[in-house]
Order: sequence, then structure tokens, then C-alpha cells
Amino acid sequence: MADVKKIATREAYGNALCELAPKYDFVVLDADLAAATKTGIFKKQYPERFFDCGIAEGNMMSVAAGIASTGKPVFASSFAMFASGRAFEQVRNSIGYPHLNVKIGATHGGISVGEDGATHQCNEDFALMRSIPGMVIINPCDAVEARAAVEAALLHNGPVYMRFGRYALPILNGDDYKFELGKGVLMADGTDVTLVGTGFMVSTCLEARELLAKERISARVINIHTIKPIDKDILVKAARETGALVTAEEHTIYGGLGSAVAEVLVENAPVPMARVGVEDTFGRSGTVPALMEYYGLTAENIAKKAKEVISKK
Amino acid sequence: MNEARIKELKNIANDVRIGIIDATHAAKCGHPGGSLSIADILTYLYFEKMNIDPENPKMENRDRFVLSKGHTAPGLYATLAHRGFFPVEDLLTLRKIDSYLQGHPDMNKVPGVDMTTGSLGLGISTACGMALAGKIDGKDYRVYTIIGDGESEEGQVWEAAMFASHYKLDNLCVILDLNGLQIDGPITEVMNPTPHDKKFEAFGFHVITIDGHDFNEIEAALGEAESVKGQPTVIIAKTTKGKNVSFMENSVNWHGAAPNDEQHAQAIAELKTRYI
Repeated sequence: MADVKKIATREAYGNALCELAPKYDFVVLDADLAAATKTGIFKKQYPERFFDCGIAEGNMMSVAAGIASTGKPVFASSFAMFASGRAFEQVRNSIGYPHLNVKIGATHGGISVGEDGATHQCNEDFALMRSIPGMVIINPCDAVEARAAVEAALLHNGPVYMRFGRYALPILNGDDYKFELGKGVLMADGTDVTLVGTGFMVSTCLEARELLAKERISARVINIHTIKPIDKDILVKAARETGALVTAEEHTIYGGLGSAVAEVLVENAPVPMARVGVEDTFGRSGTVPALMEYYGLTAENIAKKAKEVISKK
Repeated sequence: MNEARIKELKNIANDVRIGIIDATHAAKCGHPGGSLSIADILTYLYFEKMNIDPENPKMENRDRFVLSKGHTAPGLYATLAHRGFFPVEDLLTLRKIDSYLQGHPDMNKVPGVDMTTGSLGLGISTACGMALAGKIDGKDYRVYTIIGDGESEEGQVWEAAMFASHYKLDNLCVILDLNGLQIDGPITEVMNPTPHDKKFEAFGFHVITIDGHDFNEIEAALGEAESVKGQPTVIIAKTTKGKNVSFMENSVNWHGAAPNDEQHAQAIAELKTRYI
């Protein structure tokens, strides 16, 4: 896909904040990472609506809750590691429990952070955020979806966790793309197996589909941009119609998309299933392609797992 | 403030203290010690100072209060009940399965509670958020928060202090309940957070130290806080944990324990003699 236009979803996040600013009343907080989270784009255009909280993520999340309690929505941004990890308890108790209107813009999610390595590669945020009642979790697959997701998050009444990536990804969706919170997207149809991806891994699933097609295997590809609440209907339908399923995510295989899908299927339509993700290990430094290869987050591995689950039907 | 009003406030604070004892006795658990230590401050805030309306608890331009030391919810609930936010008899449902009076304050369940708190260190940050929102929107409401002296061992309290000072939140008044005791013992022995005055001063606060049981001093300090511009104020209120219940005073054992029937009867009898 070398000829395809590539943009990081974090870039789309910063741009979306600017686009939405004239239309809606909200403020943006960051914890000294505005240049990296891309809220800096907003800061430049709307300095009076941007507040840096310094390197104090816990305080930032509780401040966000206080602002939201007065009726003003807040975007609070940091790296996924600190937004969901460092500040977990503040997100749970100050934002989640009172169900306040705070939108967490967590960038640098997953292994594709790259060279910064394990301390900054957050592979646990879906698991952490899924455990908070009422928290909506969105992980867009491209810049178009990311832009739409930011507006959908703003219009949703309650806390939302949005994961954005550092790495530039191909644009998969057209300009007419309509984002529906909580609804999976059928990216490509197929009959032998379903590949369920989220974020970065949606394009990888589409590549895996092409590999499988060469072996005359027909794979359906579903994009789950909303990890919670998850679209049960599209998953159950896919399981029933294709009889086997593989999930793919830039996240530990414990507690993320794979777990969420397994929970749905085991209760509604059990079929042979495999989870592609980071397998109970920490990340490491490396270029993004090298890391994706190292951790098996590749089209080849997804295709291999697809053939395995098909053989178990 | 004239003598007659002070007398009235003292009697209201006594009502609040009786409410705290009744509620924790009925619940058979809860935190009476630190509730009793802030009863006078809460009484002054809710009956004299704050722009609030029990008939319209979500009034947009109301003054806000955050009980950062959320475990002393019985003190806040008793104050709100006597101020008319909900029936006083409901205090006896504290911590029960079908009650709206949760063990720690819940803004979505209790009329008059402006922020959900309980986890120490978080409340003061939320108060900063409310104060900042007031500044952004050009509103003239003020934000009050009571933090515990033990709570000041939480790093987040100082993150919040840095924030309040950085954004010149002069509409924020932090009140530190300096009763000197935390669960494991005297604060200076468990993890000494003192000197609070010098620390807050270094963080850019206007610092006032008072006797937290003296209504004239409480009034003067809150008035001074309102007149300070360009920086937040902290009122360091020296208080007695378990104030006005003889066997609870200055005893760490009453941080998180409820009176039994006999102790309840004694505490109520003692408090009833204090009406003037």
C-alpha cells in the first residue's frame, strides 16, 4: 500500500478538535505532550480554550472531571500509557463513577509507538478501560474514522476513551464515511472465516484477506472501532455465517478486543477462534515494521491463524 | 457577626454533630471523628457563606463545595440535611443498601453534593477544575474544598496545588482540616506532611491559619480568602478530631468506628447539654 496516502490517527485527532471548536463548547487539556498528542494544533488556534496541566496526569483527569461537572465537555490528552495506566484511578473514580462528560484522547497506543520501547508501548489500555462501567472505548482504523469518532465522542453524553496511534496509517475510508458509535463495519465480505480487526490491525486484516484469497479462502473483514460497547450482532452474524473467526489487535490478548469478542461468541455463537495480539509480554524498542513482525502482528500471521481456525470447524 | 448569630450557628453545628452520631450509630460504621472536626466549618459554609439553594441544588451559578476528604460524608450529609436538601431522618439510612446516602459522597445520588469523592487527593483537583471552568466562563461563583491533613500526604494534592497557583485560581479556597490524626496514628508519626503553611506558601497560596471551631475566625478567614486576588487561598484550620464528644476527642480509634448503643446514648446526652 506504498502508494496510499498515510496519516496518523493522532494527527486527525488534533485536526478534528480544531474543526469542531467553532461548533461546540469544550476545552482541551494536555499533560505536557501537546506536540506529540497533536492537541498542540488546537492550542495554536484556540489558546484560550487549551490548558496545559504539566506532567501530572492524575491531576489532569480529576481537573477534567471538575470542569465537566459544570456542564462543559473536556478533552483530556496524554499518551495511552499515562492516560489509562498512570491515571487509571482518577479516570475510574473522578470520571467513570460520576459518569462525567470527559473525552480522553489517548495517543501513542499499542506497540506501534516504536523505538521508545516497553515503558511507552501501552498494550493494556483496552483491558483497563473496559473494566470501568459506562466507559465507551473507540480505536479508529484511519484518519477519516478518527475525525468522525472525535465528533461522535463529543456528542455522546458520558466518558469516552479514544485511542490514537503515533504511526501513519493508510486511509481506508472514503470522505462519505459515516461513523456509528458501537457499530462494527463490514470492510469486505467473505464466507470461510472472519477477520476482526481494530485500529492499526484493520488494514493488516485486509492484507491478510488478500493473502488468503490467493489460496482460494474467502475471508470477511470486520472493523471494530468501538471496543465497548461492542457490536454483538455483527460478530454473532459473522460467526454463524463463516463458522470461524480471528481477532487482531495491537494490545495484549488478555482483556482487549480478542477477549471481548470471545465473550460475545462463547455465550451466543461459539465457533473456532484465535486471537492475534501481544502475547503476555512487554514491548521493546524497534522500528514499527520490525516490531509488528516481532510480535506477530502481521498479515501472514493472521492468515496462518485463519487457516488454523478453519481446520477446526 | 453578632453574638446572637454565633449562638444560632453553634446550635446548628450541634444539630450537625448529633446527625453525625445518629447516622454512624445507625449504620454501625462510618467516620465520625473527622466529621465532627469539620462540623463548624461546614455549618458556616452552608448556613452563612455559600450561595446555594436547597430547592435548586444544581443552580448554575451556585458556589461549589467538594469534600475532598470524602470519608467524612456523615458531616456533609448532616449539614445538607439540616440545610434542607433532604430530610434529616434520612441520615439514619446512611450506608444502607437501599439508601442514596453512600459511604462516600455521590454527586448523582445526593442532592447538594457537587462532586463524587472518597479516593483521597482527587477532590481538590476536581475543585480546581470547577474553579477553572468558572474563570473560563466569567462566572463569579466560588469553589470551596476541605482536604484532610492525612490526605495531604497524597502527591495529587500538591499537583493540584501547583495547578491552582499556576492558573491563579483566586476563586478557589482550600480548607485543610488539621486535626493531627490519621488512621495509623498522629500525622507527624505516620508520614509527617508538615509544615503545611510553608509548603502551601511555596506552592503560591495565600495562607491563613485559624481555630477551625471559632466562628469569628472562620468568618474572617473566608472573607479574607474572597478578597485575595491572583492566587488561591488555603485556610489551615486547627481542629479537634471527634470535637465535642468527650470520649472521641483526639482519639484515633474514632477515625472509622461507629458508636455502639451505650456510646451513642452518652454522645447524644453530651451534645444535648451544649445547646445555648
